[in-house]
Amino acid sequence: MNWISIGSLSDIPRRGARCLATPEGKVAIFRTQDDQVYAIDDQCPHRGGPLSQGIVHGTAVTCPLHNWGILLETGKALGADEGAVRTIPVRVEGERLFIALEALASRAA
Amino acid sequence: MSERLVIIGNGMAPGRMLEHLLEQAPGRYTVTIFNAEPRVNYDRIMLSPVLSGEKAYEEIIIHGDGWYIANNITLYKGHKIVAIDRTAKTVTSDHGVTEPYDKLVIATGSVPFIIPVPGHDLPGVLTYRDLDDVQAMMLAAQSRAKAVVIGGGLLGLEAAAGLNAQGMDVTVLHVMPTLMERQLDPAAGYLLQRAVEQRGIKVITKANTQAITGKGKVGQVELADGTIIPATLVVMAVGIRPNSALAKQAGIAVNRGIVVDAGMRSNDPDIYALGECAEVDGQVYGLVAPLYEMARVAASQLAGNEAAAFVHMDTPTKLKVTGIDLFSLGDFAEGEDRQEIVLRDAAAGVYKRLVLKDDRIIGTVLYGETADGAWFNDLKKKQTDISEMRDTLIFGQSYQGGAPLDPMAAVAALPDDAEICGCNGVCKGKITGAITAKGLTSLDDVRAHTKASASCGSCTGLVEKLMVLTIGDKYNPAAVQPMCGCTTLGHDEVRRLIKAKSLKTIPAVMQELEWTTSCGCAKCRPALNYYLVCDWPDDYADDYQSRFINERVHANIQKDGTYSVVPRMWGGVTNAAELRAIADVVDKFEIPMVKVTGGQRIDMLGIRKEDLPAVWADLGQAGFVSGHAYAKGLRTVKTCVGSDWCRFGTQDSTGLGIRIEKFMWGSWTPAKVKMAVSGCPRNCAEATCKDVGVICVDSGYEIHFAGAAGLDIKGTEVLGLVRTEDEALEHIVALTQMYREQGRYLERIYKWAKRIGIPEIKRQIMDDGDKRKAFYERFVFSQKFAQVDPWSERVSGKDKHEFRPMASVGFAQAAE
Repeated sequence: MNWISIGSLSDIPRRGARCLATPEGKVAIFRTQDDQVYAIDDQCPHRGGPLSQGIVHGTAVTCPLHNWGILLETGKALGADEGAVRTIPVRVEGERLFIALEALASRAA
Repeated sequence: MSERLVIIGNGMAPGRMLEHLLEQAPGRYTVTIFNAEPRVNYDRIMLSPVLSGEKAYEEIIIHGDGWYIANNITLYKGHKIVAIDRTAKTVTSDHGVTEPYDKLVIATGSVPFIIPVPGHDLPGVLTYRDLDDVQAMMLAAQSRAKAVVIGGGLLGLEAAAGLNAQGMDVTVLHVMPTLMERQLDPAAGYLLQRAVEQRGIKVITKANTQAITGKGKVGQVELADGTIIPATLVVMAVGIRPNSALAKQAGIAVNRGIVVDAGMRSNDPDIYALGECAEVDGQVYGLVAPLYEMARVAASQLAGNEAAAFVHMDTPTKLKVTGIDLFSLGDFAEGEDRQEIVLRDAAAGVYKRLVLKDDRIIGTVLYGETADGAWFNDLKKKQTDISEMRDTLIFGQSYQGGAPLDPMAAVAALPDDAEICGCNGVCKGKITGAITAKGLTSLDDVRAHTKASASCGSCTGLVEKLMVLTIGDKYNPAAVQPMCGCTTLGHDEVRRLIKAKSLKTIPAVMQELEWTTSCGCAKCRPALNYYLVCDWPDDYADDYQSRFINERVHANIQKDGTYSVVPRMWGGVTNAAELRAIADVVDKFEIPMVKVTGGQRIDMLGIRKEDLPAVWADLGQAGFVSGHAYAKGLRTVKTCVGSDWCRFGTQDSTGLGIRIEKFMWGSWTPAKVKMAVSGCPRNCAEATCKDVGVICVDSGYEIHFAGAAGLDIKGTEVLGLVRTEDEALEHIVALTQMYREQGRYLERIYKWAKRIGIPEIKRQIMDDGDKRKAFYERFVFSQKFAQVDPWSERVSGKDKHEFRPMASVGFAQAAE
């Protein structure tokens, strides 16, 4: 697995997200209140809304377009909604953040 | 012809008596009430939450004016009866009204006991008895100065907690060694003292007040041991005595109270007495449950049922101070023939003590955890032999018989005659019976039909559990719709508690109000953020992560993830330079769509998020600021051309619109606010379907509000007519501030107005100049912190991270 450095923890606000530009589209990197970091595709399984722009609560995000809740750990929709968005492995080494490149590449295939 | 019933006093006991009487013998009496207080019947038990700011007076009214009218009852407010003529059978008030009676009910209540120390009559010495006292205390509390409460009993501690919540530095003086010694044993009294002190209230026990001194008003309190405590307010809460002077003067038999038989009848067969002024079988009462029992008996007697009789009962005591759970019942003195069971959990601050005699409970003190109070009360009342469960008794009902620790099971296991509501003496069977028989599905209905949880409200949880047990899913606790899944509190409760407890951050709200999630959800966080911005404009640091994306980046998100940008055009007026700048921006950033909005603005759609700061920078060069088209705040003031151009225009509607917009831009509100000013009643600016609208007329400005033209369509209501532009602005600003302070998050003005009532809003904004001025000034104060252009802030670098990707990965150049 090829880990690529994408920046540091402090680049992302707590209970917030930043985007990662990739050839296949945006990936959203989330930081929770207790500094857990998750990466998922920046596309809501419902209508493709930019999840990185949603409100982060606990380990979930609410999509800004139609309020779907997405669990960051699994990428799955919460509650009665059905659907999932792909998750991408992230590693936190001290302050530094890394993302698994193969996972990104395999998505393009 | 119906008989004439006159009632002296309009407290909770006679109020309840009338309810029973109207039910049992409707039309039998023509009722006249004289109330020395200038108001209707309200719930005196709830004065403490009013003092602490957790409730408003309007919320504790039992019978509003309409009730008296509907029931054809004459209520003389502010009339004190000064004489009863038993021969002529009349009563006379201090305003000279004389009213004849066939039956007379005396319900004059009690008067607070004043310790006759020197200085007890100085200005600044208050008692704690009625709404006037509470209002005087709240006024005194505004100084944030020092207060002394004399008396560490139930009332004194509630007064102290209330004054503390109002920001005063409070000292409680108590003459006995421990607090509430009549209801609590010393151990529980100690725990209570510690909890009171943890709130920042000082407690001095064994304190013997010697004098209150000061120059022309209260300055300090002196104790017998020489201690001097500075104070600008002294509240005496050392006890009450029956108010029986009037009866005595009329020659009615009086001992400690007005002596009545078990049917509430005095020695004059046409005169009854009930409530705190009455003495039955040598006892006088102060808690609401026995007083309501008296009301029931008196009503039955008046309805002709002479068998109705009052029976003495023990009543549990509860302290109504938020966060302190305390329950006391019966006799808990030690004795040779008594045993006790005690449970202490120091870490949790829990203390429980049961006093037993002959294997039966005779007294209970619970502190810190009171859920089993009802069960212990039931065991005591029924004289249940507890020897079988003695070892586990203290752990409560859920530990008996291996039953699970399920609060629902505990309630389900209660027998039908277990008392649920102590204030009103309502047992479980009566509640479940009413729910089934009358098909009740809301808490309000159950309260209306059974009175359960309708007084102090501390049994609300139990009543709700009974509803769930009885009707299951059909019970919709939406009577108070919780804000979201993270709390059981509704928006209004949360708003009130934020103020009452001075909560100034989202984590503080969640901690103090016991949120069930670690950091809320997408529903409650934006609401809390708004409430805190509104309530503490100077102290609160806006939490951008709790704002919806539009308010976080100051643009409107579109379905494809791009944004739209709407610059502010004051009053909808623009010019060539502005239009040229917009055209240049559209070209430069290849903005795919430009559209004119319904609020007279220009909207540029399809802008990439990364481009937003550059777009704003160019617009800023031309003098544009944010149009807040994304905000739960003031959006637009739409205008017509008014008297400057229009041949029908009566006033400068364009100028007023611009003035309002420049004054109010940047303010956050519960939901969006759209306004309009039309220069004549032809109403070209469509002001009569706006949140706030103005119709100019020759004689001035007609202010409208609470219109809607969205999901709902609704014409505005008229607030009133004012003569000048200055007045129009002041009224509109005050109205908006009232809405800002009371509205629930996402509740538009028309929904808020429906909830509060148009007449009440008119009263506060049109009729009450002081209130209007205060609203206006609070708005002006908060604008000091709100009127910062968010676009120029971001052009200058604020929240940079929002507008650029964190990194680019996987591209060819990045991989090399």
